[in-house]
Amino acid sequence: MSSTTALHAKHLEAGAKMVDFFGWEMPISYGSQIEEHHAVRQDAGMFDVSHMTIVDATGPQAKDYLRYLLANDVAKLKDKGKALYSGMLNEEGGVVDDLIVYHFDETNYRLVVNSATREKDMNWLLSKAEGFEVTITERSEFAMIAVQGPNAKEKAATLFSAAQKEAVEGMKPFFGVQAEDLFIATTGYTGEAGYEIMVPVARAEQFWQSLVDAGVKPCGLGARDTLRLEAGMNLYGQDMDESVSPLAANMGWTITWEPADRDFVGRKALEVQREQRTDKLVGLVMKEKGVLRAGQKIRTENGEGVITSGTFSPTLGHAVAMARVPADTGSQVEVEMRKKWVTVDVVKPSFVRNGKSVL
Amino acid sequence: MSNIPKDLRYAATHEWVRPEGDGVFTVGISEHAQDLLGDMVFVELPDVGDQVSTGDDIAVAESVKAASDVYAPISGEVVAVNEDLEESPELVNSDSYGDGWMFKIKADDEGEVENLLDAAGYQASIDEE
Repeated sequence: MSSTTALHAKHLEAGAKMVDFFGWEMPISYGSQIEEHHAVRQDAGMFDVSHMTIVDATGPQAKDYLRYLLANDVAKLKDKGKALYSGMLNEEGGVVDDLIVYHFDETNYRLVVNSATREKDMNWLLSKAEGFEVTITERSEFAMIAVQGPNAKEKAATLFSAAQKEAVEGMKPFFGVQAEDLFIATTGYTGEAGYEIMVPVARAEQFWQSLVDAGVKPCGLGARDTLRLEAGMNLYGQDMDESVSPLAANMGWTITWEPADRDFVGRKALEVQREQRTDKLVGLVMKEKGVLRAGQKIRTENGEGVITSGTFSPTLGHAVAMARVPADTGSQVEVEMRKKWVTVDVVKPSFVRNGKSVL
Repeated sequence: MSNIPKDLRYAATHEWVRPEGDGVFTVGISEHAQDLLGDMVFVELPDVGDQVSTGDDIAVAESVKAASDVYAPISGEVVAVNEDLEESPELVNSDSYGDGWMFKIKADDEGEVENLLDAAGYQASIDEE
């Protein structure tokens, strides 16, 4: 029996093609996945992300707990509502999950973790909480809608009350605020401006419909994947997992090494990995016909690699990919595509930001 | 339920075939096939003049989701390809039985078409998937 979100009936009503996504029945698209992609790059689109897990960490030692749990350091968060992206590592330095944590004060944080790893994450969060004065609370009473695109904020704001408009006025990227019944955050997974909005389950359908009426296009998981890939954002389970070091997943920037005496889960293993050097995650660009796809083998002068995520980029009009390759890989590699070896360019793993190519 | 025109013949590998007279047959992929593949991004077509045999993989339909071979449903010579698909592969999605056609084959033996499935047979083969 698969799980469904509070918006399930709305997806069916819109004629969405539904797929199983780690036990959740979710829309892959409502028609053309490429049109949905363009809506987010050029106007405003929205995603039902209610399957993601919202968890509050509260209590006198909430901060200490998160400084131990996460490779990034919540002590960096000073402003109320500021968010941080971090990996949650195991003792071997592999990635248990990646998440966003919002800081309200030193006793009150909110985490958003992946749905695919919900049970594992909850067990992990609870087991690491032992010995800390912290309470872990799953907030399943919220649905979550990501409204993304150059016109997303403006269109979403037509649904806000005066108090909510005031609360988000001038809010910088990567912040979240509770405003009356909505939690509104300037976060996302597309490389565009916009909001991720947590809305009480009882109001979710009405909120979604109002967004449709405001001209926001419903988008499925298909477009979500091509958008995040163009933006160079990792997908857990694909670009990294428990067997992969964050250093080999372009997550080095999310590790806070200083202060050196901060003990966090996986730190010792990570220090060894840093000494020994790991593979790295790079971007690949292929302008010829064809599509780079996950699992395709890579040959370099210094050894083999593999594509972790690949797609046709609707914005750029050619294939892009993320690939794990040896540390000293140069500016080109060979990819095995349909039994032929094709030479492609190596770039930083980021392709499109705010509607424009960054290649 | 996808559309399966009664006046066409079908291969179990999802190609449709339409007689154009003079032993020439137009070939494309079914609405069901394009729906499975999703948004088309590239279509690689054979060359005009190619001699093809039944079951040869002679074209590739590449969507956002996957690359899929397209097989020659009959033997013969490729006498035309749909060059519009170069710029507009999405025609395969929007009009799979019309503007989304892929190539035309001049059959070596017109009778070979009789070996293909009719609409009911193709529907049955989809239902078994």
